[in-house]
Amino acid sequence: MAQHATPDYTPQELMVVCAAREIHDGEVVFVGMRLPLLAFALAKRTHAPNAVGLFENGLVRDTPSSELLLTMGDAPNIAGAEWATRTGALMGLLAQGFANLGFVGGAEVDRFGNLNTSYIGDRAHPKVKLPGSGGGADIASLSGRLAIILAHEKKRFPEHVSYVTSPGYGDGGDWRARVGLPRGGPAAVIKTRAVLGFTADTHEMELRTWHPGSSAEDARANTGWDLRIAPDAHETPLPTADELRIIRECDPQGFWTR
Amino acid sequence: MTMAEAVERFVPDGSSVAMGLALEPLIPFAAGHEIIRQRRRNLTLIGPISDILFDQLLGAGCVAKIAAAWVGNVSEGLGYNYRRATEQGLPHPITVEDHSNYSIALALLAGGLGVPYVPMRSLLGSDIARDHPAIRPHDSPLDGTPTLLVSALRPDVAIIHVQRADAAGRAHVWGGLGVCEEAALASHGVIYTAEEIVPAAVILSDPNRVLAPGKKTLAVVHAPGGAHPSPVQGYYNRDHAYFAEYHERSRTPDDFATWLREQVLDVPDRAAYLERLGAERWQALARRAPLLAAPVDYGV
Repeated sequence: MAQHATPDYTPQELMVVCAAREIHDGEVVFVGMRLPLLAFALAKRTHAPNAVGLFENGLVRDTPSSELLLTMGDAPNIAGAEWATRTGALMGLLAQGFANLGFVGGAEVDRFGNLNTSYIGDRAHPKVKLPGSGGGADIASLSGRLAIILAHEKKRFPEHVSYVTSPGYGDGGDWRARVGLPRGGPAAVIKTRAVLGFTADTHEMELRTWHPGSSAEDARANTGWDLRIAPDAHETPLPTADELRIIRECDPQGFWTR
Repeated sequence: MTMAEAVERFVPDGSSVAMGLALEPLIPFAAGHEIIRQRRRNLTLIGPISDILFDQLLGAGCVAKIAAAWVGNVSEGLGYNYRRATEQGLPHPITVEDHSNYSIALALLAGGLGVPYVPMRSLLGSDIARDHPAIRPHDSPLDGTPTLLVSALRPDVAIIHVQRADAAGRAHVWGGLGVCEEAALASHGVIYTAEEIVPAAVILSDPNRVLAPGKKTLAVVHAPGGAHPSPVQGYYNRDHAYFAEYHERSRTPDDFATWLREQVLDVPDRAAYLERLGAERWQALARRAPLLAAPVDYGV
């Protein structure tokens, strides 16, 4: 992955920047594990100072935490929280439609944005047992929009995932409405080499931007089906000096970004 | 009560045990290690996510069944013992009932409410719902919309690490509560492991901060440092390096056996564990400065 980075930033730093850019000012964001912890802090310090973060262990913050978080339950995330409560209370708000945007990570995502974080291979005899949903399947089911973050390797982009932990658009079209999901669906898939979106009608994944050093052809070659290219697809805007400075202030050791 | 006595009396072979209920903080590692030392078998472990504690109990052969949303190592990734148990049946095969954090919260809520199920609209169309034996699709009789019915869970025992408790079994806990309250109310009884045992007057000074009524309590164990390497708000921070070390040292069954002997089996209790950890490392994790809440006035 490193060969695709310029000397100026790492692929993980660009992913954090892309994730932060999905957060609009004033939005309620259901922040997931790992990179989104940093993306929320970056968005708060740049273009989205009025965003509010919900953390599924039972925290609501309207300020970024004072220190880098390795988990959402770290002490600096609890100190200064706007609300410390139960997981069920926040999940209930999510179920009402309270969260504009949610983040999840995963091992595999398919053509219609369905996400597998449970079993690679047959469930009864898995080749790899992944940790599972956590709150990911709830965030995918109930958020207004979903942003998915994962590394770009061809094996992570099969046409169909072997297990649907977190529902995307099922087999496309109006599948979510048909199964009774109240709203939402994936809006962005943020990868180490590209950002993808979904078409408005069929809800099939399409290439939105490719990262500097990559290309539309590179993204297509690393996807397990014939990937569509959005009509206005273009190169991902570079991280700004400000964005990189803030990321490095938040993560000076590069735990999430090296 | 001592940890050994609490586990001996209230966590028999075959019991269902809810742990790790505040998610990443307040994980009752001291209790989990005592369960391993007493060589409990055929346990059902219930929890939302488990940041390496379930992985340790799996590797030690204590577990028959997992009902959880996530099992692994939050800052490092996968749990090797969970993988070995599910992929290779090592040290023996286990049953997994996959939940999401919401579905396990609702299963415990239903248990606490004394009803057979609670409906939800999360997980519709997912394979979690398809495969789960105790989550059933059902169109709402009130408005006809699709819902999933999440069956009640009633653990035999919930083990909850808290900041402080009194001898009568009332506990104060603060921070993100995860599913601690649902689990305490749903379970048949609660074991609290506490950083501090305080006079009843301290607990009764703030009844809103009490998790559950004392009559639900089976045992209170004084276990300072009992959540290490997970954090306890106001007491100590998360020992991130310990999670990284565990990740490296649990890669193979042989490595894990060495780790288990060194960190659990050859360690008689939590005081010895902390001594082994070393004063310098332990002090470096201590909360650096107090951040006190304003008092509240319960006056009449």
